[in-house]
Amino acid sequence: MKLIAAMSGGVDSAVAAARAVEAGHEVIGVHLALSSNPQKYRSGARGCCTIEDSHDARRAADVIGIPFYIWDMAEEFHEGVVENFLSEYSEGRTPNPCLRCNEKIKFAAVLDRAKGLGFDGVITGHYAQMHETEIGRMMYRAIDPTKDQSYVLAVLNTEQLAGAHFPLGDTVKDDVRIEAKRRGLYVANKPDSHDICFVPSGDNAGWLRDRLGSEVGSIVDEAGAKLGEHKGAYTYTIGQRRGLGITVPAAGGEPRYVLKIEPKTNTVVVGSHEALAVRKIVGDRPIWCGPEPVVNTEFRGFAQIRAHGSPLSCTYLQTGTEIKVELDEPLFGLAAGQGLVIYDGDRVVGSATVASTE
Amino acid sequence: MTIYLDHAATAPINEAAVDALNIQMRKLGNASSIHNPGRSVRKDVEDARHKLSELIGANPSEIIFTGSGTEANNLAIKGFFWQHPERNVIVTSAFEHHAILDPVEWLVEHEGAEQVLVPITKAGIIDLDFLAKVVAARGSEIAVISIMHSNNELGSIQPIAEIVKIAGSIPVHTDAVQSFGKVEFNFAALDVTAATISAHKIGGPLGVAALILKRGLDLTPVLHGGGQEREIRSGTLNAPSIVAFTAAAEYAIANMATNFEKIRALRDYFVAGVKQCVPDVSINSISDPALPGIVNATFPGTESDALLLLLDTEGVSASAGSACSAGVPRPSHVLVALGLSESDADASLRISIGTTNTKNEIDQVLAILPSVVERARNAFVVSELN
Repeated sequence: MKLIAAMSGGVDSAVAAARAVEAGHEVIGVHLALSSNPQKYRSGARGCCTIEDSHDARRAADVIGIPFYIWDMAEEFHEGVVENFLSEYSEGRTPNPCLRCNEKIKFAAVLDRAKGLGFDGVITGHYAQMHETEIGRMMYRAIDPTKDQSYVLAVLNTEQLAGAHFPLGDTVKDDVRIEAKRRGLYVANKPDSHDICFVPSGDNAGWLRDRLGSEVGSIVDEAGAKLGEHKGAYTYTIGQRRGLGITVPAAGGEPRYVLKIEPKTNTVVVGSHEALAVRKIVGDRPIWCGPEPVVNTEFRGFAQIRAHGSPLSCTYLQTGTEIKVELDEPLFGLAAGQGLVIYDGDRVVGSATVASTE
Repeated sequence: MTIYLDHAATAPINEAAVDALNIQMRKLGNASSIHNPGRSVRKDVEDARHKLSELIGANPSEIIFTGSGTEANNLAIKGFFWQHPERNVIVTSAFEHHAILDPVEWLVEHEGAEQVLVPITKAGIIDLDFLAKVVAARGSEIAVISIMHSNNELGSIQPIAEIVKIAGSIPVHTDAVQSFGKVEFNFAALDVTAATISAHKIGGPLGVAALILKRGLDLTPVLHGGGQEREIRSGTLNAPSIVAFTAAAEYAIANMATNFEKIRALRDYFVAGVKQCVPDVSINSISDPALPGIVNATFPGTESDALLLLLDTEGVSASAGSACSAGVPRPSHVLVALGLSESDADASLRISIGTTNTKNEIDQVLAILPSVVERARNAFVVSELN
């Protein structure tokens, strides 16, 4: 096959590209320039897409012996990911930009361009497995549970997954680093990247405040009594306990948690831990990573609501426009906008965006 | 298969230069030392300087060897600017190489310089009337006028002799790295104050170039140290590269007329072929006189980085505008200065033909070009839809 290897400058994508070459594919390395004003150097594990990262990616491509190009996707990334991130927060939801980037950039803009140029698909260093089964090509969790990235890939539909290749899903991270060293890829010891790549400081709240303003609003209890003030409701997360800035203590002295964020009135509602409990989740914008489950039929499975969250056993059904989940055990703290991913064992069934909970 | 059509970026080294380099690299001695090995190397360097000066129409003492064309251009721009503290205006053209534009911009940002950019006509030639007006209005403020001898993306040769006349007593520098060895270039006849030439564009080694500077003139140095080159440029003389530079120049100039005709014929053949196989192409390199081997063409509805990727996978090496520090392709400032829209500039390629190319190679490129353009258009339509 003719494949485009998306190379971030990190160890995973470098090894993924090398494996694809070894498997006999015709591979071209591409680094995505996602920022129109990139930083020169990477600071620790924060951020990506610095000039240093693009040089690391180019060096890895040279060592592997494949052509290397930089594709400017800064505009697409800004419109599709950064602006969406801001608008979601300003509407009181908690988005996951990595999901959005996979859905709109890596396996959309990049995959489409690759196909237009005559390539068959895109390889990335994500940790997930694709298996051919009797009922089609399906995505499974990676064998390394600490690195499994199937959650952030569950926004890809079957057409996108048909052009997606994840050569690292069958390997644990430590072995990938060893392999990188054996292959002479000097990124072998580069730290993993965490956090949100376009917030290099890691200060998410500060970054949001700079862009959305810091209008003072009220912190209230469930009855509506004012307990304190905040500087921007969107800097709070559902379930957050620390740093609430409440001046009136609870009657019984028990801790309070963020229950709700109301962007229209710029209000943060706090309450007891029990009030955070969620048993039912409704997600909209369903995307199926394999065969679509039969409509209005209950299935047993697992729900996951964070990239590194635990799978929660549940019963789910889909209506065509929504996925409805009923958890076996309550979950504490779930915000609208988060990604809801459904698993059948280790197989990824599909995903939706959390719309409401009860 | 590799078909190299990027000779304006760098040209294949010629055998005479390789031989000279090999012999000289084995010789011990620093040309500034007074002992026997030093004297021997100095003789080689000075012989090379002497020969090169004859080839370019200059005095030997007018040649200041540098480590790159960029260094020579920096030395000219900053050197003239710093030499004349009472003059703060630097006049260049809008389509100079970044090795001219960037030092000027640096002086504007850090040293209070003022940049005046002379616009480009549709034919790819600087606007002489504009220049004449600037000189008439602000002549006493101008530290240096720097206009390239030929443009690296369009090949258009600039009317340097007329620029010198307009300039009068104002120093004129010309970046001649694309011209020297390919078209007639005589320092004394042009009567410019300074000129930049570079070895690797004409089959010499990388890492050596020269600023030709009129006798008796001083420039404020950029590099300070041993003062080896007229106290204007310091650094141990790179004897092997200097000797090889001259060998390459001798070879290039001895064969210049033959090569010019051969390369120009290939270029004309290519242009006629492109017009036939991609009918909506538009050719931007249309001026005459021009360098023989440069074709600049816009393929509407494409992006140059897609064209380059696809050509590269077919074994064809070409180029487009420059990239930013992160490697992101940017529309060529040369084509924008020529009046192209950013999207047309972004859809343009430069093909630069050299002495090693053949008609058979051009035929092979023409055979794959329609499918390359078609695939680039498919990718562009797709990305526009997103």
